[in-house]
Amino acid sequence: MARRYFAIAAFAGLIVAIQLTTLVTGTAYYLTQLTMTAYYSLIVVGLCMLIGYAGQISLGHAGFFAIGGYVTAFLTTFDLKSHHGALVSLLMKSGGLVSRQDVYGGSLLTVHPWLACVAAILLTVVVAYLVGGPVLKLKGHYLAMATLGIGIIVYRIVLGTEFLGAADGISEVPGFPLPGGLLITGDASSRVFNYYLAWGLMILGMALLLNLIHSRIGRALAAVHGAEDAAEAMGIPTARYKLHTFVLSAVFAALAGVLLTHYNGGIGPSEAGVMKSVRYVAIVAIGGMANLWGALSMSLVLNYLSLRGYFGTYDDAVFGVILILIMLFAPDGLLRRHLLSDLKRVVSRDPEGEEAP
Amino acid sequence: MTLLSVRGISKRFGGLQAVNDLSFDIATGSIKALIGPNGAGKTTIFNLISGFLHPDSGEIVFGGAEIHALSSCEVAVLGMVRTFQHIRLFPKMTVLENIMVGRHVHSRAGFLAGMLNLPYTWGEERRIREKSYEIMEMLGIVDHAGAEAISLAYGQQRVVEIGRALACDPKLLLLDEPAAGLNMRETNEMGRLVSRIREMGVTVLLVEHDMSLVMKISDEVVVVSYGEKIAEDRPLAIQKNPEVIRVYLGDDAC
Repeated sequence: MARRYFAIAAFAGLIVAIQLTTLVTGTAYYLTQLTMTAYYSLIVVGLCMLIGYAGQISLGHAGFFAIGGYVTAFLTTFDLKSHHGALVSLLMKSGGLVSRQDVYGGSLLTVHPWLACVAAILLTVVVAYLVGGPVLKLKGHYLAMATLGIGIIVYRIVLGTEFLGAADGISEVPGFPLPGGLLITGDASSRVFNYYLAWGLMILGMALLLNLIHSRIGRALAAVHGAEDAAEAMGIPTARYKLHTFVLSAVFAALAGVLLTHYNGGIGPSEAGVMKSVRYVAIVAIGGMANLWGALSMSLVLNYLSLRGYFGTYDDAVFGVILILIMLFAPDGLLRRHLLSDLKRVVSRDPEGEEAP
Repeated sequence: MTLLSVRGISKRFGGLQAVNDLSFDIATGSIKALIGPNGAGKTTIFNLISGFLHPDSGEIVFGGAEIHALSSCEVAVLGMVRTFQHIRLFPKMTVLENIMVGRHVHSRAGFLAGMLNLPYTWGEERRIREKSYEIMEMLGIVDHAGAEAISLAYGQQRVVEIGRALACDPKLLLLDEPAAGLNMRETNEMGRLVSRIREMGVTVLLVEHDMSLVMKISDEVVVVSYGEKIAEDRPLAIQKNPEVIRVYLGDDAC
């Protein structure tokens, strides 16, 4: 247990070191992409839990990210001033609405971001349970295809729905208010605070997942992953645990969607795109599947490079290629103990040591 | 007292009547063996009893509860645990972890408790670990606690699988060919182990091909052929049963 928390502390140290480096070198603007990276990493580690530990693939997690992002974006920008239903007045009385100014100086009456966040997470949980129940009965390619389908459905819905902004998405999403007058927003003035907040949340999420994999449930999930029938024979409700893990990882993705949308001030349909889902899976794969730290470190590097534009117009292609190469040459990921000897084997084309079926 | 009662179960796979109107009882604290030629339906019967398959008709009563409609997971929770003919250990997990999984039904930390690492789970984890070490010590595999389970020798993997099942504190242990693939010395050890398990108060039902083992350790033997029971008796009487001899050796032997 001590080792787990030591690693978390070391990673927190790295986050502080990165910030100090940008301070010294006068490159504080990097923090914007690093903050976005933190939120994207939240999806990656949640997905890593699902793929690596519960052994279930999802090619639709950008869909859950989009559900989170779009629900909060819509609720916090949709003007309720001219609406006078019972629900609106109830929300009004209970303090669930806020009135604020839009960029043109007019006034808006919208749902409070906290309430919007709760709604977004609840909707995600409901969708994930409804979808996960039947879909997780599938295995292997079939599960991959079904989850891919879910991602595509969400993408087409947000792209084709007028009040969700269609191809433009939703913009002018307000910041997310926190106690003490602080705000999740992309404004340069609160860059450092948002950087630490995002990575703080990320590390908290990481700690929760690390605890989980070292718990009774984590053992059970590893058992389900390794030999499902034997796990079932030991009294482990395999279907239920897979579903719970699916929902858990969907909530991680949706929470990332909510917070990043407030940080960016908007969300567009590309966030729900299939290539986004592929990207998350590729990062989990290159991190070593059942390796939360591997997934996190790869997410930190690759998401950051991508957001800084290092991959240029080949952004999606890069992640597609990564996925193919990893599947071909290093299905256990890049970050592992015997990397060098494995590389030698690949180079010398000596099949010895390949795992027997 | 009867722990398990199989009453007239049948199972058909397409055109094949795998099990036909089969009935037998297992008394609490006994060792019962299920034997029969290859393809007689023994493993199907095992799967039916342990909830991996469900009978088309008939009923199975375990400890007073009807279980023929329950899943294998629910059956395990009631106290019936099985091993597999082809060893099914959890890969990428140590011997200790494999056996710890066996304590699943006797612990309760859920997703939230696990994620928050709640203090009450610490004591639970410690007890799971202690119990697992107890079992490994009894089975003589404690030296391998930290080794990856599937890296052990075949015979030891069998023992680990039985240890994992024992960790569930089963009332009834179903052993599917526990001596398959074992050499003579290991087979003898397996026989002693099964007898010891019975002395611990666990009722045992085993499918086995090794006749000397079956005759040595079982209290009663059920013989099946083409999915039907052809004999049920004490080992000595089974050896002299003409129908059993005919099934095993062919008509000319009589």
